[in-house]
Amino acid sequence: MPHINLSNEFPGIRSLFIYRPETAAPLNALVQAMLHNPHPSLSAGERELIATYVSRLNTCKYCCNIHGAIAKHQLGNNGELVQQVLANPETAPISSKMKALLKIAAKVQSGGKNVLPEDIALAREEGATDIELHDAVLIAAAFCMYNRYVDGLATWQPDDTDLYDKMGEQRAREGYLTPPFRVANSAVTNES
Amino acid sequence: MAHIELNNDLPGIRGLMAYSPKTAEPLNALAETLLRSDDNTLSRGERELIGTYVSYLNDCFFCQNVHGAMAGHYLGCDIQQIDGIKHDFRSAELSDKMKALLSIAESVQKGGKQVTELQIEEARKNGATDVEIHDTVLIAAAFCMFNRYVDGFGTSAPTDRQFYVNRAPQRALEGYQSSVFK
Repeated sequence: MPHINLSNEFPGIRSLFIYRPETAAPLNALVQAMLHNPHPSLSAGERELIATYVSRLNTCKYCCNIHGAIAKHQLGNNGELVQQVLANPETAPISSKMKALLKIAAKVQSGGKNVLPEDIALAREEGATDIELHDAVLIAAAFCMYNRYVDGLATWQPDDTDLYDKMGEQRAREGYLTPPFRVANSAVTNES
Repeated sequence: MAHIELNNDLPGIRGLMAYSPKTAEPLNALAETLLRSDDNTLSRGERELIGTYVSYLNDCFFCQNVHGAMAGHYLGCDIQQIDGIKHDFRSAELSDKMKALLSIAESVQKGGKQVTELQIEEARKNGATDVEIHDTVLIAAAFCMFNRYVDGFGTSAPTDRQFYVNRAPQRALEGYQSSVFK
């Protein structure tokens, strides 16, 4: 049960956005700017992979599943690639540049100071630009916020894979700024 | 020196924000709403204190000094008093509600799942509302982002702590959506 009185009809961060629209606006604008809006060189799918991977490292079920689903839809319905990245970015069929960026993201997740000049140098050798480095670090840092927000208030985080897929498809297509659809929380309904 | 060429010599997060204005806008809007909006039952000083404490736990020099100076400005405390709270808030002269909220923030810094029912109960027992608990968790979470953003690039920051104290009144007046480091 959530730590505060949240709507039963929206899971994860969406229940918090409904609860506190004042903070939802900049939080949504940030995720839209980082992950969905056009980027000079990183695809939306690549950026979603960074978000998904950091959410997995933070063990946030909701964020990992929803961004995994969005990544899948942004990557031409390639859910297998998302699972391969989550299992081990080093052996996943992604570019060396993406591997280096994911390595930096993992460092950020464990603490900003853990990013070393050699991590940056390695990513540069693999072709990462300054903007890509900036965005990888910011996405990783931001998901250390979103994940803590979602878990810190013990939001409802469904187990239904099809539900995440449906929500992910919507976000991949529409971005983050459109209203979410209502979800029947059968677990909660059955309890009441 | 920062890991990437920011093409400016602004300190801490301000250099990053000037480098990436498209993400700076929502980041500043978030800080403004969370820390400075007057539509909140937690005072600005109390909210800045939560941000300061989390930045201290994350060992982010720039953020803990900027926000420590802001908290000091609003609460009428000097650097030493703010340091005292950071080092041991449980024995500081703070309300039981603030201590309960700082304890929640401390757990969020470690990880969202670290917040316990007992901590929430303790905060409620001492008068914290749901919105105050919400805002505490979000402020703590947001500083886990801001701190990583600032330190993840090895940005530079003035080492003289008085620098931050001197700038706090202007920041308090103008808010987070304009740069005081011009």
